[in-house]
Parts: sequence; C-alpha cells; structure tokens
Amino acid sequence: MQADIKNLSEEEIFAEVLKLIAPFNKKNIAITRDTSFSSDLDLDSLAVMDLLAAIEDHYDITVPLNILPDLERLGQVSAAVQKIIQG
Amino acid sequence: MDLFDKFNSVLAMKARLPFEDGNPFTLCMDEVISQTEAIINGRRTILAGTNNYLGLTFHPDCIAAAKAALDSDGTGTTGSRVLNGTYSGHRTLEKTLAEFYGTEHAMVFSTGYQANLGMISTLCGSDDFILIDADSHASIYDGCKMGNATVIRFKHNDAADLDKRLKRIDPKAGRLVVIEGLYSMLGDKAPVKELVAVAKAHGAAVLVDEAHSMGVFGATGRGVVQEEGIEDQVDFIVGTFSKSVGTIGGFCVSNHPKFEVLRYVCRPYLFTASLPPSVVASATAAIRIMGSSADIKDKLWDNARQLHQGLSDLGFELGAPVSPISAVIVRDQAGAMHFWSQLLKAGVYVNLAFPPATPAGVYLLRCSLSAAHTAEQIEIMLEKFAEVGAALGILSETHLSGADARTSSGQPGQGVAAATA
Repeated sequence: MQADIKNLSEEEIFAEVLKLIAPFNKKNIAITRDTSFSSDLDLDSLAVMDLLAAIEDHYDITVPLNILPDLERLGQVSAAVQKIIQG
Repeated sequence: MDLFDKFNSVLAMKARLPFEDGNPFTLCMDEVISQTEAIINGRRTILAGTNNYLGLTFHPDCIAAAKAALDSDGTGTTGSRVLNGTYSGHRTLEKTLAEFYGTEHAMVFSTGYQANLGMISTLCGSDDFILIDADSHASIYDGCKMGNATVIRFKHNDAADLDKRLKRIDPKAGRLVVIEGLYSMLGDKAPVKELVAVAKAHGAAVLVDEAHSMGVFGATGRGVVQEEGIEDQVDFIVGTFSKSVGTIGGFCVSNHPKFEVLRYVCRPYLFTASLPPSVVASATAAIRIMGSSADIKDKLWDNARQLHQGLSDLGFELGAPVSPISAVIVRDQAGAMHFWSQLLKAGVYVNLAFPPATPAGVYLLRCSLSAAHTAEQIEIMLEKFAEVGAALGILSETHLSGADARTSSGQPGQGVAAATA
C-alpha cells in the first residue's frame, strides 16, 4: 500500500469509486452516495464483488468479501474502503 | 411486513418467464428408465444434464452392494457420525477412499455441499485468510460465510491475480487457497499447476474441489490434480459421491498429520446424520470400480468429444474446450428459457443455468454427459439442438454475441470471452 493513500479523504475515494463503477452502470443513471447496487443499478452480488476487486487493484489493498453484507449503497463503499486504508 | 416480501423480485421474474413446458425449478422425472432416459411430462426424454459421468447409478455391483447393506443394516443410521452413526461400512468407505487417493486420511460427509462447508469453515479461523476463485461453487462461498476468516476472491483461473492478492497478505497468517478442478457451469478446467505453484511459493495451503473431475481426469480417476502430477503439492482434496460415484455424500482426503482432529471440531460433520448404509455401500463399490475401469472413462471422453464437436460445428458458442460438460451460452434470459423448454418438448433434458450461479451474467444450456450415453443418443441431442436453435434464431444470435464478447475485454464479460477463446 502506498503511504500517501492513508491521507485520502472519503470524497476522494468516492470520486474513484464513481470512476470504477462506470462500466457497471449499464442504465446510465445518475449516481450518488445513496445509489443502491440492487434496486438502482440492478447489480447482483457477483458484480459488486467485481467492483471490490477493481478497488483492491486500484489502491493495492485487500478488501475482504466479509464486508459485502454491509454494502447496499455506493456511499458505504467509499466509507468502508477509507476505513480499510487507514487500518 | 410479510417476511416473503424480500422475494418479490424473484416472483416477478418467475411470472415473466416463458414456461411453455415445465418449469426447470419444479421439473419432475415421472419415471426413471435408465442412467440416460426418463419419462418427463409424459414423454420419453434423453437426460443430458445429470452429472452421472460414469453412469454408475445402475451398475449391478453398486445396486447389489446397496441392497445387501439395506437388508443387513437397515434404511438409515438415525444418528451423527460421532454418536451412533458410524457403522463398519462408513469405516470401509473411508479406507477405500484413502486407498483410492493414496492418502493417509479420508473423512466422509453426508453431502458434497457439507464437505466444502465443513472443511472451509473449520480450517480457517478469525486470524486466517481464505483465497477463493471468483467462479467458486456456492458451497465454497457458503463455507466462507459460515467461518470467521477474512475472505479474498481472485480472478477466475488467474495465477497472476492470485499471486498479487497473496502478496498483500501478512505471510505469517494462515492462508488457504481454494480452487476447483473442473468448473461445473462452463466446464472449464483450472490451471491447477500454475495456481498451486503460486500458492506454494507463498507458503499457503491448497484445497482442490474435484467434484466434477473425480472419475473424469487422471490415470486412475483421481482428478485434475492427478492428471497434472501435483498430488504431493495439494493439502486437501474435497469431492462428492453425487457425480461420478452415482449416489450422494461428500468427502475430504489429506495427508495432514493432524487431520483426524477435524472429527472433533467440524460442525457440518458433527451435527448431521450420517449417510445411510445402502448409500455407503454403493459409494464404496463405485469407487472400487472407478479405480479399475479406465474403459468407462474412455467412453465418457469419446462421448464428450462427439457432443462438443457437434455443438461447435453447428455454430453454438460454448463455455470451454472439450470436457464432459458442454455449456451453450445464450445471452438473454427469455431466449434461454424458450430454448430449454423447446428442447424438453423435443425430448432432451439439459440444465438451464442462470446468474449468479453462472459467471459474467450469461445464461447456459448446460449439458453433462455420461459414459452410458450411446453415440446415437448424442446424435439425437445434436439434431434437437440444431432444430430448436434454428427455430428460435439462437444460432445466429450466439454468433453475434460471441463477436460482441470478444470486443468487450475490460468489461465484466471478459471472463467468458477468455474461457471461450
């Protein structure tokens, strides 16, 4: 993990999540922190896991599948990732 | 709030689907004629989706062994392995398995699902890491959910991706890499040599699920790990009796010196009733046949090549190179449903598989072959696939979507494009 990513704000991480979610946004809807994976984006658990893998590789961190049950909305992803980065 | 409201989207999907002839979720075999035929909806139907790879469900030795055990030991054990549920037959089965695999230890579970659930959830504790292939079977995902370990998923069949993810983990932690020999949906084989080499370079333990590869790969049918010559590198092999062995049950074999302690701590082993004596006896007979009948395996592969080549010549997009599983890829749900029910009407039963059981959002008409199929039956399957595929316009459609999948690398569909390449 690069040392400087520890200082990333939740806003900066969310901006990155927005970029990484783009290929999954098949319906081209406007995405906010409240956007839901299942009801808004029609994504199943496999797609959410693919998104997590993209985040792992972007920041070179481990994002365990164990956090999946807590991720329903996109804002929860950036918050969880920030928590992981800060250890 | 009705507890069932959470299933409204599933009910809506069910209502939208075209169920012209039978519902894949509630289909009933009215009468089973043989390993390869049954009466379904009043019609004689060729079964091309049973995972009965060696056709042992009707082998006379297996049936005789089951009948004898039924007469001598009764219909069930009515108890867990650790209470009253271990009979001499269970011991014999475990000894037979250990001899078949050439391992020190073998432990039998009541289903293959429970074998994965038990092994994965018990081996890995809260300080440990489990690394699973993205396309893992539900029993592997559920085993991860049941335990307390940190779960990491790596890209399907990708040794470099596994390596990258192992590098991020503290090498002092306990780590288990879980892969399958042959993936059941698309029928693609794992590059076990590369994956196991990466795992071992990091000092991680390896568990290989050979559910669909036992009896199918390897000189004596031990699976992909035997075929690739890396049995000494693999710590745990999990398998099932409900495919090539032709009955029900699961197992794990291993040479780990402390393996037997699992009989004291593995909850899916401890807290369920043991297999009934007749099942244990037929499984034992089947494993003995498997170890000594290369001709059955050869017939299976002849059949597999015939179907795979035939479907491919017709122009269908298939999920993987030749194996006893040939999965025809269809891109839309309604098309897959129509195809499945029209095939059934034409007298051919295959499996209809939906996401998330399938990778990359594809719908599959999944065929699995048996050594018991005749060349004539496979010709009929191919004829019906051609007729229905043409009538529904699926043949030209799969050509188009195949081209689409190849141009979409970088998108979520790339796993399948890679598998079909």
